[in-house]
Amino acid sequence: MNGITTVDRDVDLQELAAFVWREADILDRCDYDAWLALWTEDGHYIVPIGKGENYEDQVNVCYDDAKMRKMRVERFQQGFSISSAPPADTVRTVSRFVLQGATGDEILLNCAEHVVENKFGRQRIYAANLTYTLVRTGSGLRIRNKVARLLNSDGELTAFSYLF
Amino acid sequence: MSLDHSPVHHGPAHHSSVRPEDLVEHDRVQTPLYEDAALFEQEMEKIFAHSWVFVAHGSEVPEKGSFILSWVGQQPVIVVRDRKGDINVLVNRCRHRAATVCEVKKGKTSSFQCPYHGWGYGLDGSLRGVPYPEQYGKDFDKSALGMKALRVESYQNMIFATLDDGIEPLVDFLGPAKKWIDLFMKQGGGYPVKVLGEHQFTVPMNWKIQLENTTDAYHFPVVHKSFIQSLDKEAEATFNFFDKAGFVEDLGNGHSVAVMIPELIDLDENLDDPIPERFEELAQALRDEGFDEPRVRKIVRATGGAGFNLNLFPNVSLSLAFFRVLRPVGVKETAIRHVCLGMDGGPAAANRMRIRLQEHFQGPMGFGTPDDAEVWERVQRGTLGGKDLPILVNRGLVDEVPGVDGPRGHLSAETGMRASYQMWKRMMAQ
Repeated sequence: MNGITTVDRDVDLQELAAFVWREADILDRCDYDAWLALWTEDGHYIVPIGKGENYEDQVNVCYDDAKMRKMRVERFQQGFSISSAPPADTVRTVSRFVLQGATGDEILLNCAEHVVENKFGRQRIYAANLTYTLVRTGSGLRIRNKVARLLNSDGELTAFSYLF
Repeated sequence: MSLDHSPVHHGPAHHSSVRPEDLVEHDRVQTPLYEDAALFEQEMEKIFAHSWVFVAHGSEVPEKGSFILSWVGQQPVIVVRDRKGDINVLVNRCRHRAATVCEVKKGKTSSFQCPYHGWGYGLDGSLRGVPYPEQYGKDFDKSALGMKALRVESYQNMIFATLDDGIEPLVDFLGPAKKWIDLFMKQGGGYPVKVLGEHQFTVPMNWKIQLENTTDAYHFPVVHKSFIQSLDKEAEATFNFFDKAGFVEDLGNGHSVAVMIPELIDLDENLDDPIPERFEELAQALRDEGFDEPRVRKIVRATGGAGFNLNLFPNVSLSLAFFRVLRPVGVKETAIRHVCLGMDGGPAAANRMRIRLQEHFQGPMGFGTPDDAEVWERVQRGTLGGKDLPILVNRGLVDEVPGVDGPRGHLSAETGMRASYQMWKRMMAQ
């Protein structure tokens, strides 16, 4: 397709949705090694603040390259973080999938995520617009970039012991 | 005076007829300080209506017409720079029927107009005009119906406001804390300090649990073990505070300073020290940009932030590389801003690194903040039990010595908490 953004007729929305649902299940089960394996090495996991898209030069809730993702997962798993031992339980749904386009090896997908967390018997609800840059590799779909833009991201949130 | 209007008392501590000042002793405070709603109301009146409260940094309102929404205690205010360049802090309430005149968090404007009936205000809060003024008659005095303006004073571009026209000037209130603010601002690295962004979150806890925390170094190796483990060996050594000659000192008026990394008190000194490994990439980027070696060293050193936490009573801390601003929302709810600071006009690579360092520790998904939030909430939850038990702030009394400006204790001492609570006691007794 040589850089021209078009919707690839061969891209199957059901396949993409199944991939994102699998990731959602992995995150709800805190199976973070499996989550790391869903990524390519070159992209970022970003939870931005506000509407800006110059993520590198703005303060984000998180802006993780492969190294930071790995460190984040180690923090969750090592048992020394009181907020992660145990973390809040989460149940999430992902829906409203819209294929934005496919360029070269990249597929751009938007969707909506609702997460309900439970900690101390108190449930909180968060909603986010997710934007994925997915790539097709020899071993299947992988995530290059994921942006989880929370509602009220530039307002007061609460501390999170899980990922969006 | 009744401190507890609830019909059920859960323990032997029956607070009716207890005066607030009796709840604070030098080495301990009583549980109602965290959870008594009537006491909270008194705090809003006696402390937050009669203190210098931090509202914004000057860089958040850089130009004429720039504004940002903020709070003084529970009162919503607008911090705005007017046409003369002066800062005004206005209660965000129309003088007609009380509607907020602004709900945009930050921006630039030439005036504020109430959305309800269209009363218009200037940037200094003065009432400029009302629709159909005839029905108010000839005696209608617009000059008496400006937005409520607070007294405003600044130090090092930190803007403070107060509802009390009678209290001492800001510089007197800050006192010995001023020199620590001066030192803190050296992390501009030769540039003015500028707000680069912020993390905001709420925690179900009383505001004083946060007030206690910023000069509480005792918790750091416990609560933040997972953060320390994520650092390289050299940085890990930097954050092993108790191996060093740090201290915590009472600076008067409720303020305190905790020096965790003594070699980073004055960022203009020790510039010949080796550049830490985690800053080597930044140093090279600055050299490649054409900065000479002394400038590279100054900027790199500034990028890491200061080596101390300064707690200013009642609502702001200057902590290593950021501001921590607390807002009492309710007796068991507190909002916190972690304000990321950088170099105004400084090299993008340095500001980027400061942002990444902030994201690493601070905010809702930082490697530090969620663990702080967990233990703070655990304090609030724990106070449901054993209401007759005191909260102990006696640590380090055993070897406390006179410091430069007040009692000085071991870095892990609760000297800072004692400073805050003595100020609390003084103000609540008035």
